[in-house]
Amino acid sequence: MSGHDATNEATTGEVVLRLTDVVKTFPGVRALDGVQLEVRAGEVHCLLGQNGAGKSTLIKVLAGVHRPDSGRVEWRGEPVSFANPQAAMRSGIATIYQELDLVEDLSVAENAFLGHEPRRFGFIRRGHMARRTREILGRLGHAEIPPGRMVRALPAAGKQVVSMARALSHEARLIIMDEPSAVLAHDEVGNLIRIVRELTAQGIAVIYISHRLEEIREIGDRVTVLKDGRTTAANLPARETPTSDLVSRMTGRTIEYVFPDRPAGTEVGGELLQVEGLTRAGEFADVSLTVRAGEIVGIAGLVGSGRSEVLETIYGARTAEAGSVRMAGRELRPGSVGAAVRAGMGMAPEERKSQALLLGEPIYRNVTLATFGRYARFGFTNASRERAEADRIAEDLEMRPRDVRRAVGTLSGGNQQKVVVGRWLLGDTKLLLLDEPTRGVDVGARAELYQVIRQLAAQGVGVLLVSSEVPEVLGLADRVLVMREGRVVRTAPAGELDENTVLDLVMAGSLMEGAPA
Amino acid sequence: MSQGTQPTATQPPPVDPAETATVGHRTPTATGRLSWWHGDGGEGAKRNLALIGVLLALFVIGAATRSDLYSNPDWVWANMLSILKLASVVGVVTVGMTFVIIGGGIDLSVGAIVALAGVWCTTVATQNFGAGGMIFTAIVVGVAVGLVNGTLIAYGRLVPFIATLAMLVAARGLAAEISDKQTQISHNGTINGIASTNLLGIPLLVYILAAVVAAGWVLLNRTTFGRRTVAVGGNPEAARLAGINVKLHTLLLYALSGLCCGIAAIMLTAQATSAQAAMANLYELDAIAAVIIGGTLLSGGRGTIVGSLLGVIIFATITNLFAINGLSTEAQNMVKGGIIVAAVLIQQVQFGSITQFFRRNRLTTS
Repeated sequence: MSGHDATNEATTGEVVLRLTDVVKTFPGVRALDGVQLEVRAGEVHCLLGQNGAGKSTLIKVLAGVHRPDSGRVEWRGEPVSFANPQAAMRSGIATIYQELDLVEDLSVAENAFLGHEPRRFGFIRRGHMARRTREILGRLGHAEIPPGRMVRALPAAGKQVVSMARALSHEARLIIMDEPSAVLAHDEVGNLIRIVRELTAQGIAVIYISHRLEEIREIGDRVTVLKDGRTTAANLPARETPTSDLVSRMTGRTIEYVFPDRPAGTEVGGELLQVEGLTRAGEFADVSLTVRAGEIVGIAGLVGSGRSEVLETIYGARTAEAGSVRMAGRELRPGSVGAAVRAGMGMAPEERKSQALLLGEPIYRNVTLATFGRYARFGFTNASRERAEADRIAEDLEMRPRDVRRAVGTLSGGNQQKVVVGRWLLGDTKLLLLDEPTRGVDVGARAELYQVIRQLAAQGVGVLLVSSEVPEVLGLADRVLVMREGRVVRTAPAGELDENTVLDLVMAGSLMEGAPA
Repeated sequence: MSQGTQPTATQPPPVDPAETATVGHRTPTATGRLSWWHGDGGEGAKRNLALIGVLLALFVIGAATRSDLYSNPDWVWANMLSILKLASVVGVVTVGMTFVIIGGGIDLSVGAIVALAGVWCTTVATQNFGAGGMIFTAIVVGVAVGLVNGTLIAYGRLVPFIATLAMLVAARGLAAEISDKQTQISHNGTINGIASTNLLGIPLLVYILAAVVAAGWVLLNRTTFGRRTVAVGGNPEAARLAGINVKLHTLLLYALSGLCCGIAAIMLTAQATSAQAAMANLYELDAIAAVIIGGTLLSGGRGTIVGSLLGVIIFATITNLFAINGLSTEAQNMVKGGIIVAAVLIQQVQFGSITQFFRRNRLTTS
């Protein structure tokens, strides 16, 4: 590989960024708990860590979104603390977020210079701006993109180039890229890698975040691993460090997951859910699975692996393009949540606040959102019955506060999740679909939720669980499906898998497979 | 017996900031304050009390500026009835509008629907069927137009603003076509009598308004239809994932608004003993303004029928106040504009901050 020659040169470049013992806490959680990081000019420094390891928080500290509580951030030899993102930009740190923050209906040039357009007498110097944009695009090897083209009309890879052009328009000396390859098709990644090499050849430092180990091996110079907000390994050589080493540094954990014991000898019932050949183009393909009554089936996979989409399609919130979903032998109409609910499904979606809750409404009305019609007579709601049922659920799930007339928006994340799960304990739910049930939930409430899920299964409810946290899937599920890039790559009883195996499967560099080497 | 959903004014329990915090999301700052502005009780009642305060203030201004008139109790009573009569037609339209707005939409075509229904029910052919035929026609036309609106919005995925704006133009056009741009006289004594009949000294129109408001209140606060309306407007995605048929419900909301317009068309035709394509001009603005003043969130999910009614009555009282003082309509409109702005500003202060207001908008429209 031609890019490899630069390695030694890069790792000897001057240190432009140094973080020492950086700590950032949010109420209830230490998101960063002593991070060390050293980035040299002209290197690609990869950040590796599981979901929740603190990568996003770290990026935001560097980008000026968050200010660290303690620790030192030295930028080009000077201690700094950026008051806001503009300040970070001005001093030469540009961040390219995963969801590109471009204005779709402005042109390429307008996006590149957004917020710092070259001006004279208050008028934008359009010609000058277009010229400089063309020059920057040329530096990025994409002189073919017209500066006047609307960003909306560009493909994903083109938009990413515009984001980088924006970074360069600020004369950035450090560019942070958050999972830049996640939005790209296979053949576009090679181009991304070429651009990153050109940037580093000009002495620009790049912090590169990716879950794909193969990509890190190809593009990276050094790797820093984060786990639970701490740096567990710094400056490992990106190419030589064995995969097992990297994975174990990411997973050797300190947060204890307390899983209730598997009830001995619970028998699993007949097949409840049968999914065959489920497909949605661009999201997932040919997914088949079964869930039996009383069984907990877990799906492990990264964000973007199609796991949430599979769940939503089974539930009818998305319409399957091919394949079938059967509940207790009867095929469900695709794309109909109503049909799924009538057949006994319930779902706790990934985004509680935007997908599941009426934040301003009282707890009891949120708990009975799927069942208030059952308690009604002749279309008249029965509020006292609803409150009684919600009270019972609040009691069972140990919701705090217990007063079901409180607005749901005032509850903590864990208690909000109990409201969403509790909603499906009313009525006769036979199959519960849980998408990231413990995201944003504190440790105590987490253990309680695990208990609830186990109890439900013991009562014969089938559970299909999606989580980015591999230990959660392994600890809770009876059977595990591993998904990668829209396909189920492995199905096995939970007992036959361990965390490292699953992580290997989940992150295997299939992206680079089949791509021209 | 049902205590209903009126929370007995509870103190918001203290909230532990650590407990309410969630990590990794930019969440709305969840505060205990939320608990007193939810529902159809606590906060709604408080706000409605404030609106009644505004009405009292307007009464005092009237009494101060025309003490000669207000010294006569008979005149005061008659004047109050005339205010309510003035409010009755827009009031009926506003009840339907309240449902649409709580359900996350808007209906700009209400005035046009009233005109179309009024014109259609006063055609010579329809008048031949008598009062029953006229009422039936007005209501069917209103509901039908509402169903068209609802279908375009729910199943055609048009933005409510655009769909109903188009309907505003089209329905008035159709009304002008049907009436050949003429004023159509109603010759039906029963219909005309609706506006001139008094029962126990109170105009029949006021009874109709009261009945529609009462029905609307029950529908919103005591039925599954009302519950679905709040869910669909407050968080359509959550409603959908809870198994509620959001599209069907949206369709029904616009049909309900059309129904109210049909009823209003009869009332207005009776008042004028005629109908024409230009009738009920700008009713949509009066109705929307009344809903906003009444405290219904324009982004949906929360609102009260009583608040909307008070909004309509406040507007009618202002009109009356200017009339008895012999002031111009222009000055009146300026005051009304000011009141709308004031009402929205007060809303934003109550919901914490302007940013939160916008964030809610984003949530419910995405």
